[in-house]
Amino acid sequence: MKFSIYRFNPDVDAKPRMQDYDIALEPTDRMLLDALIRIKEQDDTLALRRSCREGVCGSDAMNINGKNGLACISKLADLKEPVMIRPLPGLPVIRDLIVDMSQFFKQYHSIKPYLQNDTPAPEKERLQSPADRDELNGLYECILCACCSTACPSFWWNPDKFVGPAGLLQAYRFIADTRDQAINERLDNLEDPYRLFRCHSIMNCVDVCPKGLNPTRAIGKIKDLMVKRAV
Amino acid sequence: MVAIAKRQFDAVVVGAGGSGMRAALHLAEANLKVAVLSKVFPTRSHTVAAQGGVAASLGNDGDDNWHWHMFDTVKGSDYLGDQDAIEFMCRKANEAVYELEHFGMPFDRTPDGRIYQRPFGGQTRNYGEGPIKRSCAAADRTGHAMLHTLYQRNVRARTQFFVEWMALDLIRDQDGDVLGVVAMEMETGEVMILQAKATLLATGGAGRIYSASTNAFINTGDGLGMAARAGVPLEDMEFWQFHPTGVAGAGVLITEGVRGEGGFLLNKDGERFMERYAPTVKDLASRDVVSRAMATEIKEGRGAGKDGEYILLKLDHLGAEVIDKRLPGIREIAMKFASVDCTKDPIPVVPTCHYQMGGVPTNMHGQVYVPDGTNENIVRGLYAAGECSCVSVHGANRLGTNSLLDLLVFGKSAAEQVIRDIAVDKAFKDLPNDAADRSLARLARLDSATSGESVAEVGAEMRRTMQLHCGVFRFPDSLAEGVRKMLAVVERAKHTIIKDKSKVFNTARLEALELDNLVETAVSTMISAAARTESRGAHDRSDHPDRDDVNWMKHTFWFKEGDRLQYKPVKLKPLTVESFQPKPRVY
Repeated sequence: MKFSIYRFNPDVDAKPRMQDYDIALEPTDRMLLDALIRIKEQDDTLALRRSCREGVCGSDAMNINGKNGLACISKLADLKEPVMIRPLPGLPVIRDLIVDMSQFFKQYHSIKPYLQNDTPAPEKERLQSPADRDELNGLYECILCACCSTACPSFWWNPDKFVGPAGLLQAYRFIADTRDQAINERLDNLEDPYRLFRCHSIMNCVDVCPKGLNPTRAIGKIKDLMVKRAV
Repeated sequence: MVAIAKRQFDAVVVGAGGSGMRAALHLAEANLKVAVLSKVFPTRSHTVAAQGGVAASLGNDGDDNWHWHMFDTVKGSDYLGDQDAIEFMCRKANEAVYELEHFGMPFDRTPDGRIYQRPFGGQTRNYGEGPIKRSCAAADRTGHAMLHTLYQRNVRARTQFFVEWMALDLIRDQDGDVLGVVAMEMETGEVMILQAKATLLATGGAGRIYSASTNAFINTGDGLGMAARAGVPLEDMEFWQFHPTGVAGAGVLITEGVRGEGGFLLNKDGERFMERYAPTVKDLASRDVVSRAMATEIKEGRGAGKDGEYILLKLDHLGAEVIDKRLPGIREIAMKFASVDCTKDPIPVVPTCHYQMGGVPTNMHGQVYVPDGTNENIVRGLYAAGECSCVSVHGANRLGTNSLLDLLVFGKSAAEQVIRDIAVDKAFKDLPNDAADRSLARLARLDSATSGESVAEVGAEMRRTMQLHCGVFRFPDSLAEGVRKMLAVVERAKHTIIKDKSKVFNTARLEALELDNLVETAVSTMISAAARTESRGAHDRSDHPDRDDVNWMKHTFWFKEGDRLQYKPVKLKPLTVESFQPKPRVY
């Protein structure tokens, strides 16, 4: 199977290049990650992140034939050849398919991604009805792979100012949690021309999310709450 | 000594999975200066892949208490678990789970708003009468929810993470005290000494020693390799859990929660065969029992599939609604990795290497020790928690949902011990002159090697050897041959070559360094297994099919130097209650 892979090692390369590989696959090689590992067995200089190989750790996000996705759950049979593999767009490349995700995590951290509740903890669990708990579905499952934020033109232009779809999805995860008491502070934190409102509902995030989550909807709900609060 | 950067911390935690982050949180909240090293961004640690739940006798759906949980854990361990540590863990379980809920963990809920609990293998009511709902779950993503919650709480506590740093070796001085680690930043290749009053290994399991494994690529036994090279033995390494339900061919885990929710296993004749092997709890027998039953069905020609190579896991009768609510991740995995819509068809599964019961020997306070007869000589400055440690609460077989509990309870208790010890030993000891030499020599060898075998080849031979000679069923001649082969693999691993000599994010070099750790794990396993002439828990030998309580109620300790074995009796005495005496194990 034929692949064309983005290569750049600042130690040796003046500029990035695409390198072609044509490799024989085994019948057990189902996913793109399996093929990349075959390639790495032959050319150990190819650098990529990977860990769980089942789509839950979020390590191997990359741009696959023009669309962001996880290599470990992208079926080879579905990919057109030569498969064009590039690092996630919009973030600085450290080497080959490995990008510097500092800006992405900085935005995630900026929304205070932890439960805030200053009331003394009860002896047992804090109660939450099943219906209230269901509000967290489609939010807490995020794996922080960055497929969404690096597919978002607003994030490309303002990665330092716009929180981006992943961070905003998590902002809403805590806003929606009946146990959290900092809704107002969380909304204040986002009430800004850039942090939230740079989202123009382009919906690339929804299109690429490997977990089928919908950041645009979560962002819409945050905007609704802002409006409600204002009136 | 080569000039090498150095930083000082009260505590260095190696690994940012569940146990490492639970420990780090407690240390950071106690205002200690703590550094957490992780090869991957913390939420990518393998705890993220745990699915079914965390055990605690909350009794949210039917009566429960820690005595029953303790009995199940002792019986599940096939009486090899230390009963003091097991009592400690089961008594701390509720507090550990409630804490996690207070941290924000999105547990599923009962109709009255409490934490949802489901049945799991080997977890029973009233000392084995029948299944009990003890597994606290967030759908089938409990590990993901837990790991993210712990990370989030560490963000709040401003814990200092060294993300994408690999620890290479422990620093141990002439007194045998551990004074920190030598580590490498992956992005730059820079090597640094992290000097610490306390070093806590939380590096997880090493399931990647087998070809068929549910484990992530990062699970390479780094803490085990570091400990072994520093002269610390590895305990009970012959005991590896084969999870009954890995997706055939792919290895990806399908949670026992599927059977907890009412799914069951079928052979090719459509027979629910677990009724024959475990008449009382059937498909919810402990994992060693179910995996052996499955392997027996396959061996005797009743496996499904073209070559009779797998077993079928049926859950369509639960209905799409229950599956989508309680097992959504499983539906996704079955679709992606088995091309099966599990709301209609069964999932092809096989027993797959999943969990390492053995590890770095620790007491229930996370202190690492070297055995001397029945004494435990504490290694000052060194602690371990989670899957890389052997407390031993899991003995010869771990119960499902006890691993997430283990890492919460012992992550915290190790941190508490660190705090107590640091309060006494306030000063840093002087580092030995050769502190970084071993690590630098390992790196220099890889940099200068111009010939040798590829890391991929040697790794593949190791995995094949483990799979072939040390699987679900073990045979004396095959084990002996496995030992010979593995000793050869250890030699070959010393002569690997990498073509990539770059400093920048050199993943070839990382994989070579990981192989050093994997082979220590593999050889300790093979040697320990060859020596244990009985069948207990996950260790099943054809020539000694029965458990031998007269000769083998003891833990194995493997020392790297001379591949020497030593033994120590199981602790049968709990902290406050009566012992559970070994009995025949029937489910």
